[in-house]
Amino acid sequence: MSFSRVCALTQLTPGRAVAALVHGAQVAVVRVAADEVYAVGHHDPFSGANVMARGIVGSTTVDGEPVPTITSPMFKQAFDLRTGVCLSDPTVSLGSWPVRVVDGQVEIGPAHEVPRTTDEEAS
Amino acid sequence: MSEPQHVVVVGGGMVAHRFVEALRERDTDGRWRVTVLAEEPRPPYDRVALTTYFTGRDPEDLNLGEAHLWADPLVRLRKGVAATSINKDSKQIRLSTGETLDYDHLVLATGSFAAVPPVRGTDHRGCFVYRTIDDVADLRGYVEQLRADRPDRVVRGLVVGGGLLGLEAAGALQALGAESTVVEFAPRLMPLQVDPAGGEALARLIGRLGVDVRVGAATEAVLAKQGAVSGVRLAGGERIATDVVVFATGVRPRDELAREAGLPVGERGGVVVDGACATDDPAISAIGEVACVEGAVWGLVAPGYAMAEVTVDRLLGGSGTFPGADASTKLKLLGVDVASFGDAFATAPGALEVVWSDSVAGVYKKLVVSDDAQTLLGGILVGDAAAYAALRPRVGRLLPGDPSSYIAPESTGAQVDSADLPDDVGVCSCNNVTAGAVRAAVAEQGCCSLTEVKACTKAGTSCGSCLPLVKKLVETEQRRAGIEVSTALCEHFALSRAELFDAVRVTGLTSFTDIVDRHGVGGNGCDICKPVVASILASLGSGHILAGEQAALQDTNDHLLANLQKDGTYSVVPRVPGGEITPDGLIVIGEVARDFGLYTKITGGQRIDMFGARVDQLPLIWRRLVDAGFESGHAYGKSLRTVKSCVGQTWCRYGVQDSVAMAVLLELRYRGLRSPHKLKLGVSGCARECAEARGKDVGVIATENGWNLYVGGNGGFTPRHADLLAEDLDDETLVRTIDRFFMYYVRTADRLQRTAAWLADLDGGVEQLRRVVLDDALGIAADLDAAMEAHVSTYSDEWRDVLEDPEKLARFSSFVNAQETSDPSLQYVLERGQARPATADERVAAARGEVELVDSERRPVVIAGDRIPVRS
Repeated sequence: MSFSRVCALTQLTPGRAVAALVHGAQVAVVRVAADEVYAVGHHDPFSGANVMARGIVGSTTVDGEPVPTITSPMFKQAFDLRTGVCLSDPTVSLGSWPVRVVDGQVEIGPAHEVPRTTDEEAS
Repeated sequence: MSEPQHVVVVGGGMVAHRFVEALRERDTDGRWRVTVLAEEPRPPYDRVALTTYFTGRDPEDLNLGEAHLWADPLVRLRKGVAATSINKDSKQIRLSTGETLDYDHLVLATGSFAAVPPVRGTDHRGCFVYRTIDDVADLRGYVEQLRADRPDRVVRGLVVGGGLLGLEAAGALQALGAESTVVEFAPRLMPLQVDPAGGEALARLIGRLGVDVRVGAATEAVLAKQGAVSGVRLAGGERIATDVVVFATGVRPRDELAREAGLPVGERGGVVVDGACATDDPAISAIGEVACVEGAVWGLVAPGYAMAEVTVDRLLGGSGTFPGADASTKLKLLGVDVASFGDAFATAPGALEVVWSDSVAGVYKKLVVSDDAQTLLGGILVGDAAAYAALRPRVGRLLPGDPSSYIAPESTGAQVDSADLPDDVGVCSCNNVTAGAVRAAVAEQGCCSLTEVKACTKAGTSCGSCLPLVKKLVETEQRRAGIEVSTALCEHFALSRAELFDAVRVTGLTSFTDIVDRHGVGGNGCDICKPVVASILASLGSGHILAGEQAALQDTNDHLLANLQKDGTYSVVPRVPGGEITPDGLIVIGEVARDFGLYTKITGGQRIDMFGARVDQLPLIWRRLVDAGFESGHAYGKSLRTVKSCVGQTWCRYGVQDSVAMAVLLELRYRGLRSPHKLKLGVSGCARECAEARGKDVGVIATENGWNLYVGGNGGFTPRHADLLAEDLDDETLVRTIDRFFMYYVRTADRLQRTAAWLADLDGGVEQLRRVVLDDALGIAADLDAAMEAHVSTYSDEWRDVLEDPEKLARFSSFVNAQETSDPSLQYVLERGQARPATADERVAAARGEVELVDSERRPVVIAGDRIPVRS
């Protein structure tokens, strides 16, 4: 699978995510700053609902390093936007997708980290 | 395990309550069962707070003891039952019911009775004492009857006795709207607690509040007309006209049971006990005001509590002894602070006095120190007793620095560093809690807040005067243990919400980036600070909550102006002010819900919630609702939710005011007001309270004369009845008072702190709130009024604004690259005629064809081929 175009960079508000469909997967696309865009899973592993793109985007400090985050709007777990990994439970991950901006268009490639949950989940 | 032994407590006052509480806490093996004989027809109550009965508290609010204490199988509380005699030999007591009760141990906690001086005429109608709830209820009833009978003139009251209780009674008379005079035999007020100069300062302060003070005056007779009080005659012949006389001339131990049983009593009464609180008969103890311990009878609650603890300890095989007590007190009488502690009268040889007196400001402070000015011996504080909490524990100890610095103006005693208070120093004298116990609660028992320390140690749970000190101790200890004692909002802001609110208000910044740069510590924010900043900006009237950069700060509910549900869809609640809705309005809501397949439910806030709306459906739904005249109900916001009302006088046979009209007025006034937490109001049309207004942040209850206003109520996890703030307000004053209450709360509360918790934390509580919003004690009323006026005049419906703005509308899409596709994982089960989210089990069962599901369009789910068309 190759990169697919999801929207123009200008369609993304800095500090807010949107949901996109990429080869059947629901992805949350986040523009953090002018040219810093991330894509993680839209599916919230804790609630089982597809809501991550509606979470609050921010930052935290881990081991002295700034980490860009997105927080589930459902039960407020924070995830590392770069990897999709949950900060409070590293066994859980939203999954992450590579992002590039070409000619002002945001393109998303095949997942390089798949979503992980600790518990069996049916959905 | 063997049968528990039986301890019988005669008396149902505060000390009896403490005894039961301590016994049940410490007797973990259930060695004792306890029967409490309470003569009054109610459980033990807080007699110290009796006067608050006049400021509108229910008698039940004074009750002591959590319900579970009295429900304990080893505790039996018998209300309205007295003991009439003791048989020491057979270990039995006879009860007023005629029964006989066996005991293994007997505890006399009968307390005191109010002494009435031997003057003529004390049996006339209109003479009262001030001891029990019934006493104060009778007094209240009598004064209210007089007011009703003679509405044309003010009721006059006179208190005989200018001690602590007398001044309380004078305050009570004033609270009832009566004029009051205090007649004291001694040459000054509170002769047992303050010196002549302190007494003078006190008389001056109380005089300013309209109380006529007569000292050095002996009451000779109560005069009457037709059997009802008309005045008193003083020695020397002067007559003072009055309609009510309250005797507050001291108390006497109720030791008659013990006397009749042949137990020794003290010279001036009181059952003689030793340091273990045991009487002559080892199976009988006496505690509290009825006990004469080491030759003294204590009319204060703290020594009584200590005796209760000692007795419990002895029953459980311990060897505790009464640690002694002192007469230190801190009170607020008629709003005037008075404190007296240690050797207040400088009786120690060579004792020196350091005095600060300002009769203009109405402050008198005196410290008594040893002859080398090194050791604090005692003190008196009148008019400003803020330093009491820090000073009292230091009695008998070295006082670092210049003594005068502790009583200089503006001194709160804060310079007394709590960190160096020795562990054995008592900080809470009511509950006998030492500084060490407070520290241990933090360091060893892991208490992380003042609230937890209070629950754990009981420090500060009685009179509360030590709370500032306990708070400092807790914070110091936390800091020492490396626990961050921080009011910081989150890792991005070192300020508390209230501080940030002020900072933003002053600097006038309107974007998160600017605010975090200027007031924060760096970073891009988080789910805590971003919504707080959004809320502060909204409270300060910075435009639509989704305008510009503010949109990125909002939690999903505020971002999409709807309430997120468990499956990722939203619920929609149009505003129905006061719960009043036309049939046409109902039909519109019904049609919208039906057309979008929404699950409908009536909410507790008297409106209709529609569930199961997808993000992309929200604008379509609101287009219909707004066109029909509905507007956002802000069910998603930390903001005004609803004003619940009963139908009121327009229909109800009992209503005395138009509660629906008032509810609609209030709801339209405060709609959209952003606050630290959600706000709910209730308006009831009569005292039957069908709107459950006292369970709300603001409760308004109609009276014959206007509205009573209650604040700080709460349903939810920790239910709390609202406190009475003001009575019989007209419409205008009611609205102005609520305006100020809300704005004061919005500016100063913590994040997600509801009004109940905010009020509980407010220094000075509801009294202080009253001073701020009614008397403008802080001089901020005009500012609060203007802020609310700005809110009211700039309100516009958030949903109407969104529908008119294509940029805001663009947010309501399912997928940025597939707007016609909605979340395929949304699946529902039809139940009782409506759709609800399918459970995980149902999804599994559906795959096997055992359950039928519908999708978000309420079409049957086809179980094959889960590929989703994607536009690329």
